[in-house]
Amino acid sequence: MSPLLQTALELIVAAGLVGGGFFALVGSWGLIRLPRPMQRLHAPTKATTIGVGAALLASSIGDLPFGGPLSMQEWLITLFLLLTAPVSALFLAKTLILRGEADPNIPETGTGQPWATLADERKDP
Amino acid sequence: MLKRLYPHPYLSLTLVALWFLLVNDWKLGSLVMAVILATILPLVTSAWWPDRPRIRHPLRLASYTALVFWDIIVANFQVAYVILFVPRDKIRSCWITVPLDLDSPEAISLLAGTITMTPGTLSSDMSACGRALLIHALNAPHPDTVRDQIKSRYEARLKRIFE
Repeated sequence: MSPLLQTALELIVAAGLVGGGFFALVGSWGLIRLPRPMQRLHAPTKATTIGVGAALLASSIGDLPFGGPLSMQEWLITLFLLLTAPVSALFLAKTLILRGEADPNIPETGTGQPWATLADERKDP
Repeated sequence: MLKRLYPHPYLSLTLVALWFLLVNDWKLGSLVMAVILATILPLVTSAWWPDRPRIRHPLRLASYTALVFWDIIVANFQVAYVILFVPRDKIRSCWITVPLDLDSPEAISLLAGTITMTPGTLSSDMSACGRALLIHALNAPHPDTVRDQIKSRYEARLKRIFE
């Protein structure tokens, strides 16, 4: 590997680590700073995806400058993070709506039916 | 016969790819294990997923994924800006109702996931009939613009892929 390519890869790894740390910090700071529960839900679902993603990218290509292999397992973590983050965010939002702790003035559905969380319990088919 | 053995061909292919990523190595033994898993897991779980999702344009799904990845990166910078620099009482959070044109459950859950991962929006609930999504926006001075953008940028593309 040429020294130039090696330096470029090392720079990408360094940028991934520093940038990932920065976004993870901003996500955590948002949890403290934003005043309302629904707003606080925004900070970790977004700022941490790129925070973790950048750190994982750095980890994935971290061995390349020293002649090591490209590690693929980090891409799996990123994939599962993208699949699971919306689900946990949805559960938290539904809990807040059900407990009446979400922002007030939830609009109508416009379909004549209530929102699923606030509707009557449905019997199993 | 083949259809009964592999009720979800896309799921089976994904499982093979996932297994290879997991073992991080290209050996024949890994392929055997991957095929075993790709055969057993869809069969065991098929009771909870009776219908096959119809994906009309798999290639468009790839370009959709690229678009969403780009939007996630942009979203992170926007949310970071709101968290760091917008004064607390100037953050205009609001609810948005998005009426849905999509029918397939897979497309709707993909849309809801996309909304959660992209610029300052969070899918929070769905109407009991499944025809509308409730979305919370972190900082949206113009809620109608956000709704129109979701419909044109994501929903229209998903409709072309799935229906």
